[in-house]
Amino acid sequence: MDTSAMILFVQTILSATWRLATPMIYASIGEVFTERSGVLNIGLEGFMLLGAFAGFAVTYFTGSLALGILGAVLCGLIFGLLFALFTVTIKANQIVVGAAFNLIGLGLTGFLYRAWFVNKAQGIQAFPPIDIPYLSAIPFLGPVLFRHNILVYCTVPLVLIAGFVLYKTAFGLAVRSVGEHPKAADTAGVSVSLIRYAGVLIGTTLTSLGGAYLTLAHTNQFVEGITTGRGFIALAVVVFGRWSPKGAFWSSLLFGLFYALQLRLQAIANITIPYQFLQALPYVMTLLTLILLRGRAISPKALGVPYQKSA
Amino acid sequence: MNDPSRETTMTMQERSVARPGMCLLPKAVLRIAPRLLAMISPIAAIVLALFISMLLLIAAGYNPARAYTVMWQGAFGDLRAISEVLIKATPLILIGSGLAVAFRCSIWNIGAEGQFYAGAVGATIVGIFITSLPSYLMIPLVLLVGTLLGALWGMLAGYLRVRFNANEIVTTIMLNYIAIIGTGYLVTGPLMDPAGGKYPQTARIVEAAMLPRFLPPTRLHIGFIIALIVAVILYLLIFKTSIGYAIRTVGINPVTARYAGIHVERHVLLAMAISGGAAGLAGAIEVAGISFRLYQQISPGYGFEGIAVALLANNHPLGIILSGILFGALRSGAEVMQISAKVPSVLVFVIQGLVILCVVAFGLYRLHSRWEPRPEKE
Repeated sequence: MDTSAMILFVQTILSATWRLATPMIYASIGEVFTERSGVLNIGLEGFMLLGAFAGFAVTYFTGSLALGILGAVLCGLIFGLLFALFTVTIKANQIVVGAAFNLIGLGLTGFLYRAWFVNKAQGIQAFPPIDIPYLSAIPFLGPVLFRHNILVYCTVPLVLIAGFVLYKTAFGLAVRSVGEHPKAADTAGVSVSLIRYAGVLIGTTLTSLGGAYLTLAHTNQFVEGITTGRGFIALAVVVFGRWSPKGAFWSSLLFGLFYALQLRLQAIANITIPYQFLQALPYVMTLLTLILLRGRAISPKALGVPYQKSA
Repeated sequence: MNDPSRETTMTMQERSVARPGMCLLPKAVLRIAPRLLAMISPIAAIVLALFISMLLLIAAGYNPARAYTVMWQGAFGDLRAISEVLIKATPLILIGSGLAVAFRCSIWNIGAEGQFYAGAVGATIVGIFITSLPSYLMIPLVLLVGTLLGALWGMLAGYLRVRFNANEIVTTIMLNYIAIIGTGYLVTGPLMDPAGGKYPQTARIVEAAMLPRFLPPTRLHIGFIIALIVAVILYLLIFKTSIGYAIRTVGINPVTARYAGIHVERHVLLAMAISGGAAGLAGAIEVAGISFRLYQQISPGYGFEGIAVALLANNHPLGIILSGILFGALRSGAEVMQISAKVPSVLVFVIQGLVILCVVAFGLYRLHSRWEPRPEKE
């Protein structure tokens, strides 16, 4: 490959990186709040599917992308309330409930999709890419950074706001203390349940939005199992990003890069590696990063433990 | 009293005694009621889950009475239907009772799907390339290799956990993808059937490796009997041996276990090996009993369904025999429902998820446990 082809190759991969990272950015930043409050939601994959379907279905029937996003948000809130009811109020085992939501997400979206959309024209008008004036014309940087759709751009304010809320506000302090030492927080007058409900709802809503991105922006239709494990990868991203919004953002980008590399290398005709080796890349990299992170990943102390008020 | 580990050690009886309202009941009722409740509540959960799914069926414009009738007939209508249920229950019972061991150890093995694939790959390789052994040696060999590969795939996640403190939920899920993609590579590459045109599948295993069928003309094979035996063995292991006691102690509180002189890391590895081995055996049995060859989608999600099977039975291998048959019936019935009543069979995932939630809601399944009992360094 000569230099200009090489630059073009890198440019294509980098510009795809952010787009492919976006669903993981939404989901993992949301899950940071959930886990920081002490609740583990392994049902992210299910919530992402629910959001993807809700966004698509609402947009399909109303023709409005804004309503589609609203639908995904509502869907995340409603199912999030249900998840919080089981994990916070009923104090059930969080992994059991998360596993149930993965099943429900997969089954419900597949069922309704086949019931409503099979044998119909299936596309919607997706979010168009917005070229930022002037900036998008910069060579190399333009295509990489300034020719994306609105949901991709929104990840930047999202990570900034999330960081501010988590570290600079009373609410953020409450979330962190409830996840580290719920009893102390309770004694100090913080409602553990309320904060955990909030943590769960922030997580499920953002995850649902990440799902809607897949059907409303990344593609323009719903496919059964469209998330292909992105919800699970978001869980790994949270660990890799060490439970901070900024960490989650950059780790998502790293995994986006693995995805982009994988897709791009598959498209190169004269490459001799079997495509499955490339397909496995994001998953192998996840394992390797967890090994490299040994001991440095310190989870919130009360993660996964339901809080029982003493009588 | 907010120590979660102590909560789990309370027996069902103690817990119900602790409920103020029940103090008024006579002692005999107190003794029987929790057991009765423990038996009734899964049934009530299923009924409630089917009721909610019925609302969903109505909302989507299907006739629920017809859907459920067809489903029932598809599962229990005749001998062939029943045998198909048991065939589908076989991997679920194996995977579920294996997972029960891991879950009792508070190791959240979500990787049974990948371990199933690993076992299927091992069984296929033996079944294709070893051609000269008699059946009574071949079948044990096939099943053994499948079990071993599944156990190794499971232990890999266990090793990452005890050595690098890598969360096993994440690692087992990643290992699922790698195993499934790896199988895709094998069946389109090195193991692809040379005589099979371009189909992504391997050649058939030799006749001597195939499991005998004992209820002709149905496909029911001795793998079902093996699954029952394994479930009983794992029940005895968990509840009647010192190893099982140690595994359960680690699951309830690893710190206490360590003080009691239990080697925590070794038991975590053992629990992963057992649950991976059971899933690998299920994969080997699927190849040797039903499909006779390996192909890309050899598991329709048995590994994930096995999680629900184990949870529904509260991680008790004998209960898992029943919940495995129930989920086998749901799946088998749903397939017939899709063909005859045109109701999408994915509905069965919704029913399964709802069953779990309903069991949880009835409050009997409250296995509080630390998500990540960290092995102490130094």
